[in-house]
Amino acid sequence: MQEITRDTLISRAKELLASGEVDRVYGWKRGEFCYDVTPALFTDAESLEKDFEWGDFCGANLSKYLVEETRKSEGKILVFMKPCDTYSFNQLLTEHRFDREKVYVIGTPCAGMLDPKRIRDHAESFTSVVSDENGVTVSTLFDGDVKLDRSEVMPDRCLNCKSKKHVAYDELFGEDGGTIASGRFDEVEKIEKMTPDERFEFWRGELSRCIRCNACRDVCPACTCEKCVFDNPNSGVENKAAENSFEEQMFHIIRAFHVAGRCTDCGECSRVCPQQIPLHLLNRKFIKDIDGFYGEYQAGAEVGSRAPLVDYTTEDIEPSDAVKGGDENA
Amino acid sequence: MQRIGVFVCHCGTNIAGTVDVAAVSEALKNEPGVVYSTNYQYMCSQAGQDIIKNAIAEHGLTGIVVCSCSPRMHEATFRKTAAAAGLNSYMVEIANIREQCSWVHKDMKTGTEKAIILGKAAVAKVNLNAPLTPGESPVTKRALVIGGGIAGIQTALDIADAGFPVDIVETKPTIGGKMAQLDKTFPTLDCAACILTPKMVDVAQNDKIRIFSYSEVTDVKGFVGNFDVTIKRRARYVKEDVCTGCGACTEKCPQKKIPNEFNLGMDNRRAIYIPFAQAVPKVATIDLDHCNMLKNGKCGVCAKVCAAGAIDYNAKDEYIEEKYGAIVAATGFNPISMDKFDEFAYSQSKDVITSLEFERLTNAAGPTGGKLLRPSDGEHPRTIVFVQCVGSRCDSCAQKGKEYCSKICCMYTAKHAMLTRDKYPDTDVYVFYIDVRTPGKNFDEFYRRAVEEYGVHYIKGMVGKVSPEGGKLMVQASDLIDNKQLRIEADLVVLAAAIEPDRSARPLATMLTASMDTNDFFTEAHPKLRPVESPTAGVFLSGTCQGPKDIPETVAQAGAAASKVIGLLAKDKLMGNPCVAHSDENMCNGCSTCENVCPYGAITYEEKEFRMPDRTTRIRRVARVNEAVCQGCGCCTVACMSGAMNLKGFKNEQILAEVDAICR
Amino acid sequence: MSISKEPYRPLIVAFCCNWCSYAGADLAGNNRLAYPADVKIIRVPCSCRVNPTFILRAFQRGADGVILCGCHPGDCHYTSGNYYTRRRMALLFSMLDYLGIERERTRVEWVSAAEGAKFAATMNDFCETVASLGENKRLEDLRCKK
Repeated sequence: MQEITRDTLISRAKELLASGEVDRVYGWKRGEFCYDVTPALFTDAESLEKDFEWGDFCGANLSKYLVEETRKSEGKILVFMKPCDTYSFNQLLTEHRFDREKVYVIGTPCAGMLDPKRIRDHAESFTSVVSDENGVTVSTLFDGDVKLDRSEVMPDRCLNCKSKKHVAYDELFGEDGGTIASGRFDEVEKIEKMTPDERFEFWRGELSRCIRCNACRDVCPACTCEKCVFDNPNSGVENKAAENSFEEQMFHIIRAFHVAGRCTDCGECSRVCPQQIPLHLLNRKFIKDIDGFYGEYQAGAEVGSRAPLVDYTTEDIEPSDAVKGGDENA
Repeated sequence: MQRIGVFVCHCGTNIAGTVDVAAVSEALKNEPGVVYSTNYQYMCSQAGQDIIKNAIAEHGLTGIVVCSCSPRMHEATFRKTAAAAGLNSYMVEIANIREQCSWVHKDMKTGTEKAIILGKAAVAKVNLNAPLTPGESPVTKRALVIGGGIAGIQTALDIADAGFPVDIVETKPTIGGKMAQLDKTFPTLDCAACILTPKMVDVAQNDKIRIFSYSEVTDVKGFVGNFDVTIKRRARYVKEDVCTGCGACTEKCPQKKIPNEFNLGMDNRRAIYIPFAQAVPKVATIDLDHCNMLKNGKCGVCAKVCAAGAIDYNAKDEYIEEKYGAIVAATGFNPISMDKFDEFAYSQSKDVITSLEFERLTNAAGPTGGKLLRPSDGEHPRTIVFVQCVGSRCDSCAQKGKEYCSKICCMYTAKHAMLTRDKYPDTDVYVFYIDVRTPGKNFDEFYRRAVEEYGVHYIKGMVGKVSPEGGKLMVQASDLIDNKQLRIEADLVVLAAAIEPDRSARPLATMLTASMDTNDFFTEAHPKLRPVESPTAGVFLSGTCQGPKDIPETVAQAGAAASKVIGLLAKDKLMGNPCVAHSDENMCNGCSTCENVCPYGAITYEEKEFRMPDRTTRIRRVARVNEAVCQGCGCCTVACMSGAMNLKGFKNEQILAEVDAICR
Repeated sequence: MSISKEPYRPLIVAFCCNWCSYAGADLAGNNRLAYPADVKIIRVPCSCRVNPTFILRAFQRGADGVILCGCHPGDCHYTSGNYYTRRRMALLFSMLDYLGIERERTRVEWVSAAEGAKFAATMNDFCETVASLGENKRLEDLRCKK
């Protein structure tokens, strides 16, 4: 099987640009450091060659950028997507957030991204990272090369990967995988098993670190509102800084509630949180509840599926029966 | 800033008894926007309304708060008052300090405190109110009556009488309903057919009325004044306009062993049949499930004998679409199934029958030609036991039967007992009852005649078990007055089965978005004051679909429903409810979430061009609310993530202001 | 917080749908069925009008309990509104519980227009439950304290 490299993607992108099939390419761009990769738009072969990046740190989910970008002009956009990104892509299509015809999706394989924070735990002051199926080799300034197992330095979301399957693409590089039965709800269960007081303390500890930078919202592919309620003075929940515990809680409850049933569990919120708040544990609580109460549902698995909160059955669980977690062990 | 007037009502002592009304009006004076505050004995009285009107004029009020009884009582009154004084009706808010304060709290101090808080919440809301104007929609001047029993017949006749066209949709091949199956009617003992069939003929001959028999409603869209209804006309394989109803086919059809529904399966009919002699329309119908010709193409006798050439084996179900201004539900009732009442041996013995079966047994047009004969051996029954409340007034825990009283059973059982004793004086008749309920004109006199003149044995107590033994029915029962156990050897046992709404009612209610109670009876808009209207505008209720009732009550209600329909159809235009959803297109994501939860299909989408700050244009998908279709539930407002969707009259800002005022 | 000798009374916000529960509350009044004055009712057209934001706002401003009353499932005046309420609140309440906020402070109850007695009984019970929890400390905004 042909190995997929940065060059494979660049040469295909150049072909598509040259043929006029697409006129822009959404990908990732390297910053000052190897792990410092940001989403970027390319319009010509030259800039692709120069700046395009594809590798272990290209974790950013590009689907959200399509909402704005597709509106800018008529041309088609080439976008590269990991399996988990395609779920967000479908979810946005379900919500009519952009025109499918304006996007050309190349599905790219994913062995799991790397987490710079976790690498630093093993190799402080690292400069570059090379990975292959045998593991990860990290070069550092002072300690030479450090060999690590991939699972030691993957972020939580990749360790608990739910799917290696691309649910949307026009062209696929590499072989498609399947969905994975991951232990992604284990953490949620652990919290559910705590006493209410422990849960409260746990979340106080986490949420009190929130600096209301809005990064979680800004990166979330489900948060694409034309105007976010948190920025709208008429919404009654607008606030610029979380001044106290109530506002911290309110922000995170409403943020999670707004994406409930729509969150694909891509994990971007936790990835970008500068305070390392495990925000995905809020989203996963909703996903777990939805699966338990209303049957398994994976947002974005199919375009046009009806999200659990815009659906009902006459036999649904009563709110009083829904809240059961934890106390049995207290 | 609004200029708000506050008007606190004493409601005599109803409010003033536990709320210090002067303190309330004084406290609310200091609320933001309030420029005038007063209290008066009866705000809803003419003098009270004048105080409001004068204050509006004198103080240039832009909004008013009335602290009084429930808005469900007088909101409309005070809205009219405001409008009369030139203030928009929707600038009025009511603080409910009677039902939800003075009547439920005994202590003057807490009552007053709460009344002030409720007043503050209303003031906070009115501060954010905006004048609203209801939209107008035209009225289609045609009514639809669903169900062709006596309720539907009477409603249709009355509406047609007022000059409006009416369509009746009936699932059976004929109109007439349950009343057509009855023998005599209580308490006058006149024959049901003699009073019903002339009405059926009136319906058939009325050029304002169309009958869609053997048909059902399959879809209802739209709203009051403008319903779009799809009616499925099931293929009857006989051309209605050609068939003369001569009945030749029904005599020659070789398929003879089909249980006759009209006689509740106590005799047989053919595969092509006319339910009964006076059927309207008097047209034959082929039963698809039993006709050999339709099943395997072998027969064709009816086509051969039909002189009119009315048979059409290739007929197909037809769907017709029609517009209506008003819809009347008259879907009627059925006796409940006796499956769960095995103690009465209904399934074990042919001689245990329901009261409706008894009606057919005594009816001259019934399976026995009106002779009271045992279904098992055709002998005269010498001892008959009537059991009342079978499935009525059941304990909810028993998991069988109904909790309600079926209302008609006491009277028809008295009728059955009396008629039996009248025709066959040698027959012993026992009636087992929990209570005998006879409220109604001449009802108790009727019952007493059964006991006193006709010697019917009324025994207070329930039958525990009926067991078939050697051609007889052993009835074990208790006599609660004499406090003893009874064993009666009966020839016939008649069960007064509870009545329940027809099964078609529930899916119909869903189509009509009309609410139902837990027993599947349609709910009235108000149990006392609007008993023939459904809470869904434009949908009216006639007969037993609303609750158990006898024939006179049904006819009265049918007429009442008709008059409501006439009142609606007489209008050229309807004013809508202005408290509808509205989407702010600048914030709308076009995500379809609101559309998915809207129960009325009131939301559509359009691609709209927006000018951006940088002078470019963008095309975005945005939601549009059809204000004539929206009923104002507000479900979309919560589904909407961006908060673009809001509900006029109950805006997010208004409700938050109320919350704030209460929690202040 | 004020220093007072009066016994602690909780503040309860009750959202009632116009067609069933508000009418049920009226019926409780008609029948003079007493319940604590701690309950303050806000009328909404349907229980599905209640945004989680309203509930959080009530807690923020000092409510000790929030109860949502609607028509019985299947009897919604708008056919399906309360079914959505049921899903939304099941998820929201579960989330509040997950965050360690006392579950007893929130409740959904179906009260029909005929259930005046149930309305009063529900309010009595809810007030008692919330009063036994004491003041809402976990979802409070100290700036909003009196």
